[in-house]
Amino acid sequence: MNIHEYQAKQWLGRFGVPVPQGRVAATAGEARAAAREIGFPCVVKAQIHAGGRGKAGGVKLVHDEDEAAAFAEGLLGRSLVTHQTGPEGRIVRRVWVEEASRIARELYCSIVLDASAGGPAIIACREGGMEIEEVARETPDAIIIEVVDPLVGVQPFQVRRVAGRLGLTGKEVSAFGALVRSLYDAFLKSDCMQLEINPLARLEDGRLLVLDAKMNFDGNALFRHADVVELRDITEEDPKEVKASDLGISYVALDGNIGCMVNGAGLAMGTMDIIQQYGGMPANFLDVGGGASKEMVGQAFRLLLSDDKVRGVLVNIFGGIMRCDVIAAGVIDAAREIGVSVPLVVRLQGTNVEQGRELLSKSDLSIIPADTIADAAQKIVEAVRAAEGRA
Amino acid sequence: MSILVNAETRVLTQGITGATGQFHTRTCKEYGTRMVAGVTPGKGGTDFEGIPVFDSVEQAVRETGANASVIYVPPPFAADAMMESSDAGVPLVICITEGVPVQDMMRVKRYLADRATVLVGPNCPGVITPGECKIGIMPGHIHKRGRIGVISRSGTLTYEAVDQLTRLGMGQSTCVGIGGDPIRGLNFVDVLALFNEDDETEAVVLIGEIGGSAEQDAAEWIRAHMKKPVVGFIVGQTAPPGKRMGHAGAIISGGKGTAAEKVEALRAAGVSMAPTPADIGRTMKERLG
Repeated sequence: MNIHEYQAKQWLGRFGVPVPQGRVAATAGEARAAAREIGFPCVVKAQIHAGGRGKAGGVKLVHDEDEAAAFAEGLLGRSLVTHQTGPEGRIVRRVWVEEASRIARELYCSIVLDASAGGPAIIACREGGMEIEEVARETPDAIIIEVVDPLVGVQPFQVRRVAGRLGLTGKEVSAFGALVRSLYDAFLKSDCMQLEINPLARLEDGRLLVLDAKMNFDGNALFRHADVVELRDITEEDPKEVKASDLGISYVALDGNIGCMVNGAGLAMGTMDIIQQYGGMPANFLDVGGGASKEMVGQAFRLLLSDDKVRGVLVNIFGGIMRCDVIAAGVIDAAREIGVSVPLVVRLQGTNVEQGRELLSKSDLSIIPADTIADAAQKIVEAVRAAEGRA
Repeated sequence: MSILVNAETRVLTQGITGATGQFHTRTCKEYGTRMVAGVTPGKGGTDFEGIPVFDSVEQAVRETGANASVIYVPPPFAADAMMESSDAGVPLVICITEGVPVQDMMRVKRYLADRATVLVGPNCPGVITPGECKIGIMPGHIHKRGRIGVISRSGTLTYEAVDQLTRLGMGQSTCVGIGGDPIRGLNFVDVLALFNEDDETEAVVLIGEIGGSAEQDAAEWIRAHMKKPVVGFIVGQTAPPGKRMGHAGAIISGGKGTAAEKVEALRAAGVSMAPTPADIGRTMKERLG
């Protein structure tokens, strides 16, 4: 789960991380008042769940109230397109107004959960403000990685080592140590997957300050963080993905026109892959769960048909725990109730497969049965192509 | 021989009084697995269909000689359950639970590092040696005793592969689902090493996913040590970057963990790669000639 920059700064501030003073504003009037309170010059920043806002014109240093209000007016309610948003961009619903800082140097610092190391890793770099992936690609030696043992936490020698490689000296080293300890504390206590400070500024007066912050929380740990759940902004998410997560279904919207319903994440990805092998494009990834019930099948069906790009549906269920006849009954009920007007290919395999297939063939619906995963992919791609040819 | 589990394995279920624990304990027992005990704190002294239930793993092990544990407890309690089993000296712990916080797993993994316990999972279908012992949620009847070892990060896709193998007359020695989470117990490399030394295993199917670098590590290991043929498949070739594909570990981030780089690494290590999930059985058949 991702949150906005202003939320991350407020969150980190509570852990003692040095963040700029700021106010969030949802209207030009609020932005004007916020700027007046902060003082001039100050910075107005568009708040969307995407990076690259500065380059896209979403950030500005302003010198008076009118300029702050005018800039906020131009952003709010409009779509901001950055290299991370895709061509449609994201609607700006809030701006963050913060004090301007006199920056001497910009650094990079993040804490990520390094799965292969089995613990958190501090990642730092002298080049702040750049995309870290780009730096890693072009100058891999510039990336400093310090893996932390989760049982003992960050040790002072590790901080000194990172600070040294960042070129920090004297009092900066202890300031950096305090900052890293606060970040690590926030990372652990909030069940973060990633906490990225980019840039981390060293100011002209020697202080360190978080200029931008990105936080990503472990969705599996939200049950113990009601306060994190409150920070979720569903307007930043695909509405169908929000609906799916409410239903306990794993769904990701894609660009194609073949709706897929599969049980199990691996098989769902495999189904997407094989559709493309046969020249089609999946409209979604949808995992109804390894032990999908009849009700889940019905809900999932409604969900994927609510995407108006869908020109055909492929159901691929390997019934292990769930019996195929139950799945077949679920598909038939849902298809009848919703009234499916696009080609529907169903492939069932596993327990009670014969009974399941018999139910499908006896139903009054025009379901195209398939035997194997390859057969299913081929049939749906052909059926969609044929339907488009007629249209 | 097989790996990890066989007819002698004595299994205890952690979370035996929950609906999932009950259902799968019953199914595994019907398959022929020796289900000897259950653990649910506070329910000690009762029984589930003749299987005695204990308050702690320590007690269950002492009373029944259980030497493997399977975990179905809900995510908030899964880390504790894994560590409790390890503390009680259970040599094999299989965690089926999906949705365990990754920082919990980071602590569990570190806790297990200097102990003898082998952990499989979490978020996995389990381990089966066909005809002898099934621990987990996989449908037993699609499996057939034989000489192919199977290792996979996914559940139903493994069933798909096993089904293809069985239909083509190739039975399995042991099938191990290592799970779809980023931090897990056994990895591909560990299971490959076990299969490499197992007399009954003639060849191995390895099913990987996008995200992480476990498949690249496997490729490296295969190149250096593997004596047996390996057939591979990587799922998620068409997944977009930055989107988590169901499994917590299945995400391409920062341009890393793509299917293409994994396929390339495995192929370079001599692994025969199945082009689609429909070709896993056929590719093995061809590889074995």
